[in-house]
Amino acid sequence: MTPLLQVEAVSKFYGARIGCTDVSFDLYPGEVMGIVGESGSGKSTLLNCLAGHLPPDAGAVRFDTRADGLRDTVTMNEPERRMLGRTDWAFVHQHARDGLRMNVSAGGNVGERLMAVGARHYGDIRNTATDWLGRVEIAADRIDDRPSAFSGGMQQRLQIARNLVTGPRLVFMDEPTGGLDVSVQARLLDLMRGLVREMGLSAIIVTHDLAVVRLLADRLMVMKDGHVVETGLTDQVLDDPQHGYTQLLVSSVLQV
Amino acid sequence: MTVSAYNFAYLDEQTKRMIRRAILKGLAIPGYQVPFASREMPMPYGWGTGGVQVSAAVLVPDDTFKVIDQGADDTTNAVSIRRFFEKTAGVAVTDDTAKASVIQTRHRIPEMPLRADQILVYQVPIPEPLRFLEPSEVETRKMHSLEEYGLMHVKLYEDISQHGAIATAYAYPVKVEGRYVMDPSPIPKFDNPKLTMDAIQLFGAGREQRIYALPPHTQVVSLDFEDFPFEASKADHACDLCGAVDSYLDELIVDDAGGRLFMCSDTDYCSTRRAAGHVGAQGVPVKEDVA
Amino acid sequence: MMIQVEKLCKSFTLHNQGGAVIPVMQDAQFDVAPGECVGLIGASGAGKSTLMRMLYGNYLAASGHIRIGGVDVARAEPREILALRRDRLGYVSQFLRVVPRVSTLDVVAEPLLRTGCAPESAGARARDLLERLNIPRHLWTLSPTTFSGGEQQRVNIARGFAYAYPALLLDEPTASLDAGNREVVLALIEEAKARGAAIVGIFHDEAARRRVCDREVDVARFTPGLA
Repeated sequence: MTPLLQVEAVSKFYGARIGCTDVSFDLYPGEVMGIVGESGSGKSTLLNCLAGHLPPDAGAVRFDTRADGLRDTVTMNEPERRMLGRTDWAFVHQHARDGLRMNVSAGGNVGERLMAVGARHYGDIRNTATDWLGRVEIAADRIDDRPSAFSGGMQQRLQIARNLVTGPRLVFMDEPTGGLDVSVQARLLDLMRGLVREMGLSAIIVTHDLAVVRLLADRLMVMKDGHVVETGLTDQVLDDPQHGYTQLLVSSVLQV
Repeated sequence: MTVSAYNFAYLDEQTKRMIRRAILKGLAIPGYQVPFASREMPMPYGWGTGGVQVSAAVLVPDDTFKVIDQGADDTTNAVSIRRFFEKTAGVAVTDDTAKASVIQTRHRIPEMPLRADQILVYQVPIPEPLRFLEPSEVETRKMHSLEEYGLMHVKLYEDISQHGAIATAYAYPVKVEGRYVMDPSPIPKFDNPKLTMDAIQLFGAGREQRIYALPPHTQVVSLDFEDFPFEASKADHACDLCGAVDSYLDELIVDDAGGRLFMCSDTDYCSTRRAAGHVGAQGVPVKEDVA
Repeated sequence: MMIQVEKLCKSFTLHNQGGAVIPVMQDAQFDVAPGECVGLIGASGAGKSTLMRMLYGNYLAASGHIRIGGVDVARAEPREILALRRDRLGYVSQFLRVVPRVSTLDVVAEPLLRTGCAPESAGARARDLLERLNIPRHLWTLSPTTFSGGEQQRVNIARGFAYAYPALLLDEPTASLDAGNREVVLALIEEAKARGAAIVGIFHDEAARRRVCDREVDVARFTPGLA
């Protein structure tokens, strides 16, 4: 089986400081991988390198493109990479306002990616947008409201709809539940679990919340100071951590 | 200082060369916004400084110059720009569209079809059609270079979702030769179909320092949806003065009782028709001796 | 053999407590054939649950082999273990890990849906199991989050038996069940054996163990320093 994403020795430096270094892994279709670590561990830097938002200083990020199989997205030209960014890839930001157009209606936000890939029938775009709002549990009568009138949880769900409407194969998520109330988080996590299974999505989720990865991720990568210190099955890494840092991380979680 | 102390058409020759290079580049890449080093002109930004610089760069001594503002030759802006070039270039001026070789315009295309030996110069306030949706210039340039125009349809989508139809009535975005999305300046969308024409069209934005162009016969398509096609709309009325049913109309309130009068926005078109004997519902025949 | 454990060793290294190394298992070795149920016995702390978790890939083996359904769990890639868990290896733990907001029916049907089973037949199987395990019908559409411990345990068993895994790990499946439900669970185990499942179980309930287990493996034999 061809991996969907093949990451090889990716490094990113900020001057002399390490962003992330020598990260390698394969992600297969349908797999959800979590990346955990504390603030400054390099997990967001890595995610941005993988998603084409930051150019890594070394290494390759090969994506299994529909047309030509594995292609290095680092050396790929920008139009192709940006095209991937709005078709096969999706990026869910921690702050919904980074991933939404706040002055455009919910329907317009969801429809944008459709129009970006050539949809030119208003009625079809609107029907698809309505369907997707329903799938992320936003009432159809909110379709013409701007996201600024939405709660934080709704904004995040809208961001997910906007990202998934074009049927991407790989979703990057940066702290998707950060800053949300616990009850709102639960609803969002459940929604994401369902979508991941229904659509057969592969996902890479960066978070510092171990409960989130336990629920969503099949595999886990633990980062510290820009290095990957441990990888494995999510439940194995959390229940039988091998590295000292992971043991500290797991034992630091407050029990409810 | 006397008028003769100025170079022909106000700008120095080096500046005109710079602007002509920008114009030629614009003509070579229809719809692409060419940056140029916009000069201070003796009028404020927003009063047509871009158009004036383009006109200054294309005028030659035996040109005949016409200026219209929303179709009219006799408004303050049109009169002052016309006088400016009368003084600084000494060129002949006219109100007659057919006799003009260079026409500078604000917000209209003349009703009479233009010819291959004419140049139409537009004054442009904001040249970037994506600006109100994407504030970053870096990003909009990237969007143009990579042909990422989905956002333009988002604006039209928003129009329909809020108003039931595409409510954008002027500065209606167009796609040029299947490549660049362009702002045709704030002309009414009624004028959009005329953008494909025999004459050269040059667009100058002084404050924004951009020049772009449409060579003759360029394919210009107004953006729309399959189920909400583009419509070149106008007031559903005939001109009350000349009776024209095919021209873009201004609506005037003429008394305190709300009485209205529709008249051609293109004053030359209207007066030419009236001189030829056409009379509208509220018009009076033009007497030979008055005309 | 469906399950083959060979020279399996395990130790825990506590990096944050002076790097203390605690050996917990030494050369564990046993097989389970299809249709056979093997009971793990040994005193509390002998390592029954640790061994069980290693079989499932939840704990990492230090050395040795765990061959289940063509995969060596002791050294397989995460995705191989995930695939194994999806269609060959089931695990009924003592505790239900509850996902908020997911209905009881969906919790039980999920293992079937993951293997591509049609939603209708998955739902029918889930309803049948919940019925047999006496979960009141009006609770089926609710999330088990708020259920009593016993109800959660039975939901967990229903989930574990929904799909016909060829290999099955059972950690105290009859603990804290009343006589009626205990009987249902034992019947489920017997049915699984009858269809050829290889089962490894921990039963503190001796009567239950005698009834369903064909053999016993004393984990104390594998405890370092005790053997």
